[in-house]
Amino acid sequence: MTYLPKGLPAPVTESDKLDAPYWAGTREGKLRVQRCAACNTWQWGPEWLCHNCRSWDMRWVEVEGRGKIWTWTRCWHPVHSALKGHGPYIAVLVELPHAGNIRMLGNLLGDTEQPVQIGAPVEAVFEPHDDAATPYTLVQWKLAR
Amino acid sequence: MAERSLRGKVAVVGIGETTYYKHSQSPDPEFILALKAILAASEDAGIDPREIDSFASYSNDRNDPSRISAALGCKELRLSNMQWGGGGGGGAAAVGNAAAAIATGQAEIAVVYRALAQGQFQRFGQAQAGSTVAGDAALINPYGIFAPAQRFALKIMRYMHDHGIKQEALRALAMASYHHAQSNPRAVMYGRPLTEEAYDASRWISEPYHLFDCCQENDGAAALILVSAERAKDFKNKPAYVLAVAQGSDHRNAARSFNAPEFASSSFGPVAPHLWEMAKLGPKDVDVLQSYENFTGGVLMSLTEHGFVKPEECNEFLRLENLLAPTGKLPLNTSGGNLAECYMHGLELQIEAVRQLRGTATSQVPGAKVAGVIAGPMVTPVSTMVLGSEETL
Repeated sequence: MTYLPKGLPAPVTESDKLDAPYWAGTREGKLRVQRCAACNTWQWGPEWLCHNCRSWDMRWVEVEGRGKIWTWTRCWHPVHSALKGHGPYIAVLVELPHAGNIRMLGNLLGDTEQPVQIGAPVEAVFEPHDDAATPYTLVQWKLAR
Repeated sequence: MAERSLRGKVAVVGIGETTYYKHSQSPDPEFILALKAILAASEDAGIDPREIDSFASYSNDRNDPSRISAALGCKELRLSNMQWGGGGGGGAAAVGNAAAAIATGQAEIAVVYRALAQGQFQRFGQAQAGSTVAGDAALINPYGIFAPAQRFALKIMRYMHDHGIKQEALRALAMASYHHAQSNPRAVMYGRPLTEEAYDASRWISEPYHLFDCCQENDGAAALILVSAERAKDFKNKPAYVLAVAQGSDHRNAARSFNAPEFASSSFGPVAPHLWEMAKLGPKDVDVLQSYENFTGGVLMSLTEHGFVKPEECNEFLRLENLLAPTGKLPLNTSGGNLAECYMHGLELQIEAVRQLRGTATSQVPGAKVAGVIAGPMVTPVSTMVLGSEETL
């Protein structure tokens, strides 16, 4: 069971493989982001070099899948044919304070009409899409207990 | 070293528009729309269109200057300029790019233009069907976030949270555009006024944006003719001088997955100070303002980042009466703007600023001498401009 209906575009690794470790990680239930080996700066989304010190030595580091809602929106208008008739859904931008306050987008699982609080703690949920032509796993979020 | 500035060196001497249509309803293909707007601007300026030697546009406009120049029989082509990135954020930058070319002797008579026929091509508000996505889109689209309304809802939601801004502030911005459109027969929403009740009852697109917080999608074309200040006096219309243009965005604005440090912004943080410095003016000097409404939240943050209102004063200041011509404290989007005149990707706002300085607007601010035009916010790069009458030079 996935949060959004089938038919939305499937993510694939970039042709230059920049983000390959991220997508390989989510398949294994691991959340990996970039951290500079030279200056320890966290970086997300991925880039070839460190924006802080220009080092090329960017490592992929597993981080704990927890964070806080930094901003959100509840989408009502179906902007993609796969969403027609589906009803509202919530997107959250989650900040990871233990990883340099990087931010990641996902959906907030649960009641689609629930009130949403900026700052609320959330934890990652891995959502596999095994039947896709190239199977992938999305990182979703649910309110932390 | 001599001061490096565009101030007062170039003027807009001609403006032209096609009829504005709801999206997909233009009877003409896009290239014809572009030609019609350029011919209308030439006629307004009183020039032979064959004299146009330079072209500037933005947002990957599909109508190539070389083809236009050939179609019009122009004597020569000197400038073929495209502002890279930022969609509607490039409107003022295109004027600035053309003006810079004129001021430095690379162009003589330039046209800035934009044409859209969304029936012939793709609509802005609907995602393209496609089976896979990569790069930044792979981190966003699978979560149902595609359209600008959704992406930019994330920005204003945080900004409203940080500054305690109420929905009524966004509503006032939508109401101002609709109010002014009721005096403008060119406006697509002419004869269709908006009430507070209708706004409140309208459906959500992506919270906190109601339907009426979102721009239209339209077909049409618009064009402006620019020449040097020396030549401008020879034209029949009162020149609108370019006092300043600035483009750009903040530090790491395009960091992927919405990781811009100043994500909750209109992107004008470092850009607006460059504008005021070149203009030798400040927000208090602006008589009338056109501020691109892709979404009302973008207008609000554009106003705060340009210094027109402080974030904590938005609830108090952003009331309809303050935003209306002729007597409001900050007459805003006086033709109806993107919300209610036409989403001509903001170029209709540049034209309205020229009309205000000529004294020919449908909601005229009496004696307007300084007109601000803020192009599409919340993207990168954004751009912004100040035009002035001869008295401001």
